Amino acid sequence: MPAFPDAAREAVADTRLRGNLAHATGTIRERRAAAVAELDDWDALRESGKQIKDHVLANLGHYLRRLEEKVTEAGGTVHWARDAAEANRIVADLVKATGESEVVKVKSMATQETGLNEALAEEGIAAYETDLAELIVQLGHDRPSHILVPAIHRNRSDIRDIFRREMPDAPEGLTDAPADLAEAARRHLRAKFLSAKVAVSGVNFAVADTGTLVVLESEGNGRMCLTLPETLISVMGVEKIVPSMRDLEVFLQLLPRSSTAERMNPYTSTWTGVHPGDGPRDFHLVLLDNGRTETLADEVGRQALRCIRCSACLNVCPVYERAGGHAYGSPYPGPIGAILSPQIRGIGSDVDASLPYASSLCGACFEACPVAIDIPEVLVHLRARAVEDGPRHPVERAAMTAAGWTLRSPARLALAQRLASASRRIVAPRGRIRRLPGPLNAWTETRDAPAPPAESFRAWWARTDGGRTEPRAPEDGTDDGTDGRTEEGQ
Amino acid sequence: MRVALFLTCVNDTMYPETGKAMVRLLRRLGHDVEFPAGQTCCGQMHLNTGYRTQAKHLVKGFAETFGGYDAVVTPSASCAAMIRDWHPRLAPRTSGLASRVHELTEFLVDVLGVTDVGAYYPHRVTYHPTCHSLRMLHVGDRPLRLLKEVRGIDLVDLPDAAECCGFGGTFALKNAEVSAAMCADKVAAVRETGAGTLCAADNSCLMHIGGALTRTRAGVRTVHLAEILASTEEAPA
Repeated sequence: MPAFPDAAREAVADTRLRGNLAHATGTIRERRAAAVAELDDWDALRESGKQIKDHVLANLGHYLRRLEEKVTEAGGTVHWARDAAEANRIVADLVKATGESEVVKVKSMATQETGLNEALAEEGIAAYETDLAELIVQLGHDRPSHILVPAIHRNRSDIRDIFRREMPDAPEGLTDAPADLAEAARRHLRAKFLSAKVAVSGVNFAVADTGTLVVLESEGNGRMCLTLPETLISVMGVEKIVPSMRDLEVFLQLLPRSSTAERMNPYTSTWTGVHPGDGPRDFHLVLLDNGRTETLADEVGRQALRCIRCSACLNVCPVYERAGGHAYGSPYPGPIGAILSPQIRGIGSDVDASLPYASSLCGACFEACPVAIDIPEVLVHLRARAVEDGPRHPVERAAMTAAGWTLRSPARLALAQRLASASRRIVAPRGRIRRLPGPLNAWTETRDAPAPPAESFRAWWARTDGGRTEPRAPEDGTDDGTDGRTEEGQ
Repeated sequence: MRVALFLTCVNDTMYPETGKAMVRLLRRLGHDVEFPAGQTCCGQMHLNTGYRTQAKHLVKGFAETFGGYDAVVTPSASCAAMIRDWHPRLAPRTSGLASRVHELTEFLVDVLGVTDVGAYYPHRVTYHPTCHSLRMLHVGDRPLRLLKEVRGIDLVDLPDAAECCGFGGTFALKNAEVSAAMCADKVAAVRETGAGTLCAADNSCLMHIGGALTRTRAGVRTVHLAEILASTEEAPA
C-alpha cells in the first residue's frame, strides 16, 4: 500500500472522480443535517451513545462472556478469533463442514478487514456479495471506497459496463438507467439467495443480555441472507456490543440519521440463536479481536472503538472528498479510517504511518460523529506515536528540531527574524516567493509564499517602544506588499 | 487589568502589521497592552506534527512568560485554541492561565464588551471563518458582529464558508496536492463573491489562501480582521 499522499495524488488529479465525490458527499451532508435537525434531543442521544459504548468498552470482558453465554443458550456456537487469519480459518472450516462451495454475504466490514473473500477463494469457496454496491465492487475486481456507499467512486455507466462484462446472466442490451441496473442485480442475486445453503453476515450490534444480533440495511438482501440459508455465520468485531435491548433505542436513531439521513433504516433484522422450522438450522458467531484489545489499552485512541460505522465523518471530510476512499488503504476510509487502521494494524507501514497526517484537523468529523469520537484529538495523539515508532523522516526531524531550538529562545527567534528580513530583497525581489527550496517546494508548486517583512513585530516594538516614539510605523501605507498582500502579480 | 499581547511566532515574524493594528485598536479603545519579550510560540506546529516533547518545552515557556497577566489577547484563533485545549493537557499546571487567553474577537466582545470599535473600511469584504475559530474556539458570530459595525464596509457572504481552506499547518506540505485542491475551491468561492478583500482571524490560513490568490492573479487582497478593525478614516489600512 502506498502512503496516503502518494495514493491521493491520482484521485486529486481525476477531476471526474472529484466531481462525483463532491456531488455525492455534498448531497448526503445536506440531507443528514436536515435529518439530525429534526430531533431536539440529538445532543443528548449523542452523549448517550458515547456513554453506552464507553461503558461497554470499560467492561468488555464481562459483556463478551455474557454474550457468549446467551448465544450458546439460544443454540448458537461462539468462536473466538485473535486475528484476521484465525477468523478466516474458522469461517472456511465451518463452510467446508457443510460440504458447500458457495456462500452469500451481507455487507460486513469485519470480513473486508480480514480479507475473508480472498481467503475463502483459496479454499475453493466462492463468496457472493449481495449488497448492491458491494456486488458492483466485487464484480469490478475493485476495492470499496466508502463505508456506506462502497461503490461511490463508480458512476452508472461504469456499473453498466461492469455488469455487461462480469455478470453472466445480465440481460441483453442492458442500459445505464438506475431501474434497469437494479433489476439486473435483483435477478442475479435472487438466484444466489435461493440456491445458497450458507450465509456470512456482519453485525451492527450484539445485545449481551439476550444474545441477539442486529443488522441494519436498506435493500432487503440482509434479510434474505439471514433467513434463507441453512447455516449462518456472523462475524463481528468484539466492540460491537450493547448491554441490553433498551440501548438499541439510542443507536437505532443515531445510526440511520447519521448514515443515510433516514429517520429509520428500511430493514432492521434481529436474530437470537436458532429456532426449529424458522431460519437457519445452524448459527455461528465469530468474535474478532484483530488489534482491538491493543487499541483498547490506549487511553486516547480507544475512543475509535465507539465507532458505529455510519460514515458521517467521511461525508463531511474535505480531505476524503478530494482524495477518495482508496487512498486510505483499508476498508475503513476517511477520518475514522485514519485513526482506526493505524491502531488495529499498528503504525509500522508507510501507509499506516501516513494516515494520522491525512487530515487538516478542521474538526468537521468530530462535529458530525454521532458517538462524539474526538477524531482530531486521536489524530494528533497518533502523530506523536508515528514520530516515535513510525518510519524515520530525517529531513522533517531535523527541521522540527531546528525550529524547536530556535523557538525555545526569544533571542534566537529574533536572530532568525533578522536573517529573514535581511534576505528579503534576494529571496523575494517582487514581494513574494514563487519557489522555495527542498521539501518546501510542495508549498510553492501552487501557492506563493509571503516575503519576510523589513522588520519583525518584536524588532519594531523594541525600536519604537511599542510605537510610542513613532506616531506611525514607517511601513504603514508605504509597504510595497511585502507582507504578502500584493494584488497583482508581475 | 494587565493585558499582554501574544502575537504568535507567525504574526511576529511574517505579519507585523497585524500586531501593530492590535496595538492601535486596543489603545484607541482606551486599553494598553504589553508585549512580553520572552514570548515565542504556542507549540502548535510541533504538537500537530507529532513532536510532543518540543511542544511541551514551548508550552512551559509560554506559561513562564504570560503567567503574571490578567488577560492575554492574541490575533490567532488557531493558537488560542491550542492554548485553551492542549496546554492544560501537556502541562496541567498551566490550566489557570489557559482560561485567561482570548482570541481578539472574544476579547473585544466578551471581555471589553464592544462590537462597534469605531472602524472605517470602505471596501467590499468577505469573511472566512477559519476551522479552529469555528469548531475549536466556537467564536460564533463575534467576528461578523464586529465587521457589521465597520463604517463604509460592504460585507458579503462567502459561499461554503465553513469549509476548510486546506492549510492545516504542515498538512499543506505533507499532503500538498489535497491541500491545493481544497485551496482551489476556497479561492473559487472567494472570487464568486466579487470582494476585493478576504478577511479572517488567522494569518496562517490567509497566507495559504492569499498565496493561491496572488499566484492566480485574482486581484483579491488578504487582510487580518485586526487590520480592518484598526482602520479609521484618519488612518486607513
